[in-house]
Order: sequence, then structure tokens, then C-alpha cells
Amino acid sequence: MKILGIESSSLVASAALLEDGVTVAEYTVNFRKTHSQTLLPMIDEIVRMVNFDLAQVDAIAVSGGPGSFTGLRIGSATAKGLGLALNKPLIHVPTLDAMAFNLYGAADLLCPIMDARRNQVYTGWYHYRKNLEVVKESCLITVDVLTEELNRRGEPVIFLGDGVFVYQDMLRDQMRIPYDLAPAQANRQRAASVASLGAQYFTQGKTETAGEHVPDYLRKAQAERELEEARRQGRAEELAAGHSFGTGGNW
Amino acid sequence: MEAIREQNGCWEDVLILAIESSCDETAAAVVKNGREVLSNVIASQIALHTQFGGVVPEIASRKHMEQINQVIEKALWDAGTDLSDITAVAVTYGPGLVGALLVGVAEAKAIAYGAKKPLVGVHHIEGHVAANFITEYPAEHMDDVRCQTEQEALRPPFVCLIVSGGHSHLVIVRDYGEFEIIGRTRDDAAGEAFDKVARAVGLGYPGGPKVDKAARQGNPHAIEFPRAKVAGAPYDFSFSGLKSAVLNYINHAKMTGEEIHVSDLAASFQNAVVEVLVGHTVQAAKEYGYDKVAIAGGVASNTALREAMKKACQENGLCFHYPPPVFCTDNAAMIGAAAYYEYQKGTRHGWDLNAVPNLKLGER
Repeated sequence: MKILGIESSSLVASAALLEDGVTVAEYTVNFRKTHSQTLLPMIDEIVRMVNFDLAQVDAIAVSGGPGSFTGLRIGSATAKGLGLALNKPLIHVPTLDAMAFNLYGAADLLCPIMDARRNQVYTGWYHYRKNLEVVKESCLITVDVLTEELNRRGEPVIFLGDGVFVYQDMLRDQMRIPYDLAPAQANRQRAASVASLGAQYFTQGKTETAGEHVPDYLRKAQAERELEEARRQGRAEELAAGHSFGTGGNW
Repeated sequence: MEAIREQNGCWEDVLILAIESSCDETAAAVVKNGREVLSNVIASQIALHTQFGGVVPEIASRKHMEQINQVIEKALWDAGTDLSDITAVAVTYGPGLVGALLVGVAEAKAIAYGAKKPLVGVHHIEGHVAANFITEYPAEHMDDVRCQTEQEALRPPFVCLIVSGGHSHLVIVRDYGEFEIIGRTRDDAAGEAFDKVARAVGLGYPGGPKVDKAARQGNPHAIEFPRAKVAGAPYDFSFSGLKSAVLNYINHAKMTGEEIHVSDLAASFQNAVVEVLVGHTVQAAKEYGYDKVAIAGGVASNTALREAMKKACQENGLCFHYPPPVFCTDNAAMIGAAAYYEYQKGTRHGWDLNAVPNLKLGER
């Protein structure tokens, strides 16, 4: 089984090729350069480095969100385009699930956290009981709620993800139970994990067509949130005629 | 360029799969030899954005993701082709909304890469101009039969007026893909003025078609609005003064309790815009010595502009070219037409092609 893994949900751009349980190649860059410029050249580099014909892949696994809206779309559109051209299915791998898979076999509760700005994080909780088990589905919560819920649960935690770096002071001040931080090789998104977890999904028949695939943003566009608020207040028509909608925000 | 092809004895058809996602239309097309549109698929998001009173970039980007594969597959299907028949993949990479552009760019790059086809990035506005090169298209687009029967294939050089929601340029098209900008807007784009006026008189979004429709019942001479000139720049445009004059007129009418005749106001405003656009264009053609005039961009589908330009060109002995309305507003067929000439010139983009939201005309 051959799976191409694609990950661009955050600052990390990553591509990997998995062949029958072996990561044949992985290329990961955590650097300020747009994914639009890096991702496809990285895939091309892998393909040329290991002399691979991309038409041989069984499926394309893509980190499906949450994350940077723009980052997710670059990864997803790349996967959709490859899927269309090669006539291959896609595997939607939740980004936080793939991150937890970085630390396969850990005994503690795994808690990847991605910075979602405004003191919020995208997070999910995971256990290993023979397999990766989702304890808490991917969600968007404040750091305060996160630490409060983890404290109440009382189980040792391993944190990973770019949110650790951003909110390390809050974690230190608010966590009352023991916690660890994942080491460098496992504390960010990796396409090898996306491909590897994607291979499990593929075996279980959990694929989708390239046409069907869309990222799972977990957060509505700002204008949609404002429109819903306006509807609650009975001001929707005013807004449609008006134009006070926020247009910024890539997260 | 046709001559070069002939000399080389190279008559193999060039089929371009073109993708466009710079604003709120997800579009794909297959274009043969730059002139013949084999398919033209457009998934419009207008209804979705209307509730927000304008295009919301994040929502546009999300919608592109949902539709893009289906739109491309339909374009290939309608053209009776599959990817293996395609010579090159073309995509709009600017100017436009960056998030929206990125969807098309990432998708097009991946398709070209996966199918082992060359990639050609296209400037959105150059695409609008190239809509004038299209001579054959599917029957369902022949709502404007005159375009089909009266016109010969347009070849550079010619003067082109480019007017849309984001752009107002007067250019000389010296050759395929070679532009000299001789006039531009100092403030609002022409289409922007239509949107703002439409909003002010309660016609809603999108403003262009709504004003056009209302104006048909109105008297274009009912209200005298200013025709702005830009000192020292005879071919530049300025629409903010006109827009203010319209808003002042509305405010004044409201204060004095005077009734506003929306159709008269729309017709008078539109007439003021059209007169300046037509006047500049015809004057430029005469001064620079070109006998062909073309129009491009969303506002080029405005019926009053088309009629006035046609009449002025006839009076001045100029040959007037204009695309059918469906190729004036955003579409991918025009991108395929522009890409053909780029492809023939040897333009190829790498897998690191990025979206350039403020890409300048003529920039590569």
C-alpha cells in the first residue's frame, strides 16, 4: 500500500511517502515561507529523490483540519488536484488525531494544542489502548477552559503542538496536575503521521473522493458569525444593505 | 503567431484547461487554440454573498474548495475531453482575493503536476482582454448573436477599455500579452461606482446589472451629473466625484422630501459613466492611430456601454469588438484564451507558483 501524506495546517509544511508500513521519504519544513510556494516542490523533491511514480499511490492522505484556513486550503486543494489528475481517493485525517499519532504508545493523556489566537486553541484528547482512541473530539476552546477541564480529569498529560509554545506561561500557571511537553521530533505536525494514520483509515475503507473533500475548519468565517449575531438581533437586512462585515482573519 | 505555427508545420491543436477563482466565481473551461471555447463552466456564488452585501473573501475561498473539482470535471466532460488530451493547464494567479486565488493556484498546480502537463499562470485582466479573441463557443452562450456573426477574429494591435468591479484601465494591446497602459482610474473603479450607487438607492448587490436594468426605464438626461476629467491626464478616470454627486443628490432629495425616481437616477448616473468611458476610448484610438477598439471586464456587459461604444465607433470609422456577456464577467474561457498565447510564447510556471493578489498588468 502506497500513501502520499500532505500536511499544511499550520506553519509546518510537510509531505511524506509511505509504502507498506515504511516511511520511504518525509520532507518537513517549519519556516516562514508560504505553503503555496513550498508544498508542491517538496512533493516533487520526494518523488524525484526516491524515483517514485506518483500514479502508483493508492490514496492521498491530507491533514484535514482544524488549522490555518489558508494553510488547510493549500493542502486540501493540492490533494484534490492530485486526486483528480491521478484518479485516486483522498483520506481525510483530522489534524489533531495525526499529531497525537506522533507519540504512539504513550501511557498519558495526549493533548495536542494548536494556537487559534485570541487565547483560544484547537485541541483534542487521545489515549492509546492498543489503538489511538479519541477521548475528546477536535474542538475550539479557550486555554482557561482547557486547563480547568484537564485539572478536573486529574490524569497526567503530554502537551504538543505550536500552542504549547504560545501558551506555555498559562499552562505553567494553571495546570495543577503533572504534565510533560513532547520532544522536538514529535511536537509539531508531520506528514509521516498523516500518511501512517491515513493508511489505517484506508484499510478500514474510510476514504472520500477528491471532489467530496473539504477541510474541517472548526470555526466559521467571521462574517458568518456576525451575520448570525445580526439575525439574533433582527438586524440581518441592515447588514446586507450595509457592509460592516469583517473580511480579515485567516484563522 | 498563427503564421509561426504554419511555418513550423505544427498544426497540432493546443487544448488548454483553464481555472479561475480570483473572486466569487469558481470557473473552469477548455479552450482550443485560443479562439474556440469547447466548454465553459461557472459556479457563481452571488446568491451566497448577497446576504452580506458584498463578497466576503473567507466565504468565497471556502466555497471554491467545495466546488472546484466538480467544476473542472464538468468542463472536461462538456468539452468531450479528458486530461490526457489537454496540452497545458492554465490558472489565474492574480490580481484578486489572495485566499480565493490560492485555491485555484494550488489545484491547478497539482492537476498539472499529477497529469504531467505544463503550467501557465495568467493575469486575470489579461484574461479579460483575451475574451475578445474568442470566436467560437458553445451554443448556449449565443444569447448575443451579433457578436458571433458580425465580428471577425480580433488581432492586435487595438485599443481596449477594461472596466470591472476592481479595475478601470485604458490600454493599447500591442501584441498578444503586450500592453501599454495609457489611462487608469485615480480612485474608484467603474464597477465599484455602480455598486456604491446601487447600494445608496437601495438596488442592492451586485450593483452593475441592477443599475443597468433600472436605467432601461429611466431618462438618462433627467439629472445632470458631472463628467470628471483628470487634469493633465486625458485618459485617466475618476469616479469618486460622480459617486459623491449622486449621494449628494439623494441626501438633498431626502432632506427636501423630494421623491427620487430610481430609474431616472440610475440612467443619468450610468450615462455619465458611459459618456466618459466611451469618450476616452474613442479619443485614444484616434490619437494613437488604431482602427480597432475592444472592451473587457464585467462592466463591458453593461448594455448602455455596449450600445454607446458601438455607435461612437461607427461614427468614427472604428471597428468595435466586444465579447458576449458571459465572457465579460469572470470566467475561465478568457483565461484559456490568454494562456494559449502565453503558451505559444513559451511561458511556463514552476511548481512554486504563488498567488499574487496585486499583480500588475504586463508583469510576469
